[in-house]
Amino acid sequence: MLAYTIRRILMLIPVLIGMSIVTFAIIHFIPGNPARVILGDQATATAIANLEAQLGLDQPPYIQYFHYVFDLLKGDLGTSLRTNTPIAAEIWPRLAATIELTVFAMIFAIVVGVNAGIISAWKQNSIFDYTAMIIALIGVSMPIFWLGLMQQWIFAQELGWLPAFGRGNPRDPVETTTHLYVIDTIINGRFDQLWTSIKHLVLPGIALGTIPMAIIARMTRSSMLEILRSDYIRTIEAKGSRTLSVIYRHGFKNAVIPVLTVAGLQTGSLLGGAILTETIFSWPGVGRYVYEAIGTRDYPVIQSGILVIAFMFVIINLIVDLLYSYIDPRIKY
Amino acid sequence: MESITPTKKQRTSGPEKQDPNIDKTEAVSPWKEAYWQLRKNKLAIIGIIIITFFILVAIFAPLLTSYSPTEVGAGERLTSPNADHWFGTDDLGRDTFTRIVFGARISLIVGFFAVSGALVFGTFLGILAGYFGKWVDMFISRIFDIMLAFPSILLAIAIVAILGPSLENALIAIAIINIPIFGRLVRSKVISIREEEYIMAAKAQGMKSGRILFHHVLPNSVAPIIVQATLSFGTAILEAAALGFLGLGASAPTPEWGKMLSDSRQFIQSAPWTVLFPGFSIMLVVLGFNMIGDGLRDALDPKMKT
Repeated sequence: MLAYTIRRILMLIPVLIGMSIVTFAIIHFIPGNPARVILGDQATATAIANLEAQLGLDQPPYIQYFHYVFDLLKGDLGTSLRTNTPIAAEIWPRLAATIELTVFAMIFAIVVGVNAGIISAWKQNSIFDYTAMIIALIGVSMPIFWLGLMQQWIFAQELGWLPAFGRGNPRDPVETTTHLYVIDTIINGRFDQLWTSIKHLVLPGIALGTIPMAIIARMTRSSMLEILRSDYIRTIEAKGSRTLSVIYRHGFKNAVIPVLTVAGLQTGSLLGGAILTETIFSWPGVGRYVYEAIGTRDYPVIQSGILVIAFMFVIINLIVDLLYSYIDPRIKY
Repeated sequence: MESITPTKKQRTSGPEKQDPNIDKTEAVSPWKEAYWQLRKNKLAIIGIIIITFFILVAIFAPLLTSYSPTEVGAGERLTSPNADHWFGTDDLGRDTFTRIVFGARISLIVGFFAVSGALVFGTFLGILAGYFGKWVDMFISRIFDIMLAFPSILLAIAIVAILGPSLENALIAIAIINIPIFGRLVRSKVISIREEEYIMAAKAQGMKSGRILFHHVLPNSVAPIIVQATLSFGTAILEAAALGFLGLGASAPTPEWGKMLSDSRQFIQSAPWTVLFPGFSIMLVVLGFNMIGDGLRDALDPKMKT
């Protein structure tokens, strides 16, 4: 197990190097003169020269790359062109916002998806099964930005049940320590704010969680169906109990591996989907940070934002891989 | 549609029963068997109907409407759906129905070329990696790993950020991000086929690598590639719409569905139809491809059944 963990972490090194090359390319491989592209056609020669010096574009590419990697290792993510502040300082509160949203979306996806999948398998070919699977099929095909817009329209604007934008009441800001509002409000003992924060999480969280929920439901169903046909479940049935609780206790434990794989993979696509969801719901996370940077051609922010999200994705995949062998002792590496 | 809709009798028959029209003494090709399987799958048939419908709409777009998709002031601004404007008009008075109809062309074309590009390059790299193994495999597989280390839409954003925002560059980006998906699939298929005895026999007879690849390895990888291509078609359309929505794809006044959504989202309360119809079209097309893809998978590769 330890050997595998070490090997798995070592395998990350080429991936991380490759990732840094891709994000490096975002500024440095812009065709033509990157500084001119970033500043636009009206830029003066001095402005272009200044920006070239700031971004290190006046040096040969391999030197630029080494500078880039050394800066990253020091925790320096560059400086935003728009606000002139270090990106590392700007990105943390946003990263926390994205993490909070992603976790909420994933909890929604797993709780609803797994249960819908189990019940569908248990009541195979019932009305519930058909309905759940049709919803899942539609969920997989749904553009999340459209789902988000529809939810906003129906639940926030027409029905007025839930807030449509942001993370909380701007006139009553949360006192932040971790920047995870759900945790901060509990630390501060402000349960009214906690309730507001949770209400703000619902719509973007469900929008973001719908696709993974659908995929998890389908995966759980198919992997449960296989388990339900196995001998030991038949034995339990022969003994006279085929209740839902038995299915949960004995069946799901063995169906969990493929479900976990899918859940892990989906967390990654969730991070990608966060860009769209955060844009729609004005959620102040990394995704929206990148989106705004695209609009203002703030390339260092685009670069670092993408790097940070991709890095999170890699770490999540690592954790999922390591969890396998913990959950299923039969898996040996 | 009658010809492909299964009759009641066939629908209820089990998989072991064969079509009565076929002579049972004849050896059944796997493709024929897959075709019967597919015919029995109601969802796949619905998917085929949806996609055929959209293809026809895209082809005959100019015949379906009397307006032009970019014609400003074809009607009054933000009029609700009526007899003249079936899906209403947008904030510039453009006919939404016309824009949706022409948008079908864009989505299908982008999907087709993005998937074709990914399929060709992915298959090529996958075969190289799987057949030659060793450092070739190492090198190509690591590149795939790195590409898959990014959430796909994020990699697409990175590529468009480098190339500059446009519909063409969005298409290129979507093709690139889908290459490793085909690459890995083909690679694993090639590796498993490489060890088969008939490949050994071909080698023993002195067949050259290239011929073995094209005569034996490739034909045996076709089924999963077709399944993946169908599913990827839907994903590619979603990704193109997402890039359009983020302002990284089609530019105004192109009637691209994702772009239409982002342009009219501010009018959602006063004119919900401007948001409703483009989004619904995206969903329907993607749903169609997913239904066909699922059906094909069940028919062609029973082991992959979900």
